[in-house]
Amino acid sequence: MAKLILSMETTMLKEIPLSKERTTIGRKAHNDIQIDNLAISGEHAVVITILNDSFLEDLGSTNGTFVNGQPVKKHFLQNGDTIELGKYRLKFVAEAVQQASGTDFEKTMILRPAAAQRPATEPPAAEPAAAATPVAHTTTSPGMAPLPAAPPAAAPAPQPPLGAIQLLSGGNAGKEMELTKTLTTLGKPGVQVAVIARRPHGYFITHVEGANRPVVNGKVLDAQAHQLADHDVIELAGVKMEFFLKN
Amino acid sequence: MDMSAVLEIVTLSDPGMVRSNNEDAVMANPVRGFAVLADGMGGYNAGEVASGMATALLGTELEKAFAEREPTSIDAAGKSWAHACLEAEMARVNGAIYQAAQSQPQYAGMGTTLVAGVFHDNRVTVGHIGDSRLYRLRGEDFQQITRDHSLLQEQIDSGLITAEQARHSQNKNLVTRAVGIDPEVLAEIHDHAVLAGDIYLFCSDGLNDMVEDEEIAMTLGMLSANLELCATQLVQMANDNGGRDNVSVILVKVKGEYPAVRGWWARFLAWFK
Repeated sequence: MAKLILSMETTMLKEIPLSKERTTIGRKAHNDIQIDNLAISGEHAVVITILNDSFLEDLGSTNGTFVNGQPVKKHFLQNGDTIELGKYRLKFVAEAVQQASGTDFEKTMILRPAAAQRPATEPPAAEPAAAATPVAHTTTSPGMAPLPAAPPAAAPAPQPPLGAIQLLSGGNAGKEMELTKTLTTLGKPGVQVAVIARRPHGYFITHVEGANRPVVNGKVLDAQAHQLADHDVIELAGVKMEFFLKN
Repeated sequence: MDMSAVLEIVTLSDPGMVRSNNEDAVMANPVRGFAVLADGMGGYNAGEVASGMATALLGTELEKAFAEREPTSIDAAGKSWAHACLEAEMARVNGAIYQAAQSQPQYAGMGTTLVAGVFHDNRVTVGHIGDSRLYRLRGEDFQQITRDHSLLQEQIDSGLITAEQARHSQNKNLVTRAVGIDPEVLAEIHDHAVLAGDIYLFCSDGLNDMVEDEEIAMTLGMLSANLELCATQLVQMANDNGGRDNVSVILVKVKGEYPAVRGWWARFLAWFK
């Protein structure tokens, strides 16, 4: 479960688990997180939690709500965000990533259609679909508890050293091209085309179209992708070029 | 008519880098010009059973139906035969999976998403349930044709979060509609005009969760001359980015126009309408 850590200056005051759909913050006593300070409005802000996502909304407070130094009206909370209200800080900590749960994370699950078939005309509300009670239809994960947080958004593996090709023959001999994109195509469409794919563990060349296949270091490529090594010489559509790695 | 002359279809399904089993299923019928993709869910191997049932059943039933009548012909209610068949057969598939899940304890709770496209008369009739998608590349323009039946899509529609924020959401895996979960399900079915040169991509969320739309569009554009390589490259990109889910793609390239063949009688009737 995600939580908020309340602190003032350097003192940590309290840890609040976001167990409810709405967790209210304000000066008045009925708030879930009461901060008794005149800089805080009676009803200052609310955190809406829908399954694994939490949203912060300012409730028209006098002195405003700030996240990471920026004033916000509505904000989709990310792990590590710091909410500032007057002198108080609330640090948002998302549910820990449960890599250990292995094969079961991120499995597609169904929300009961009864909850889903809300009228399409319903005006945007602060908490649409929040009332939906998810039912995990996996036999291995009954109920809500094992619904773990997804790992952070696709974090691509570190990129390999940047590669480039330099033309060795033809009209543009001497020209250099950096291979910064995931895919770079070479050649003439309809005649002969090859593609160089940039992958986490290096650069790979593959034949795309044309009767003739590209030649790397004097050897004709087969249908498989071929990993390029520093200073490989490629011949394609009558043009010679050299592949090399930059620092 | 034999659609394989105007359509080039490639299917590819991969378990990804994390999962040991593949709960996705794909099938294509190049002669009749339709393709089906399903992403199963449910414990143990029930997900595979659900998606496998969905593609196999829909594949055989649509083949039978289109052998009987051209998908373009209009029924009494004014719907094309393709539309009527998709609606009826997707409902039937739902019933079959629901029955299996109810009667066999090891399949309890299984379900699947489904996206199917029927190409006929310079059109594609698309039916879908859940968050498996159909995209189209037309020239430079890359569009998502289907709209997910998912919590996230509802949140985007209601303005709670933006599409950009949705990429960081932790609720990516919740669908609001699926095949086999309830006794009845409503398939969303639409017709779209098709132009020669279009490339269609059916995919499971294992692709679009792992690879940005721009990257998918770029790959389709660059490798359209070699669909097989294009499919391999898409799966490889998902796997290079972590491959946390099964990855499935069906690519359909439209090589030419395919207007329905109409006899003099049909033209005569149309003239009176």
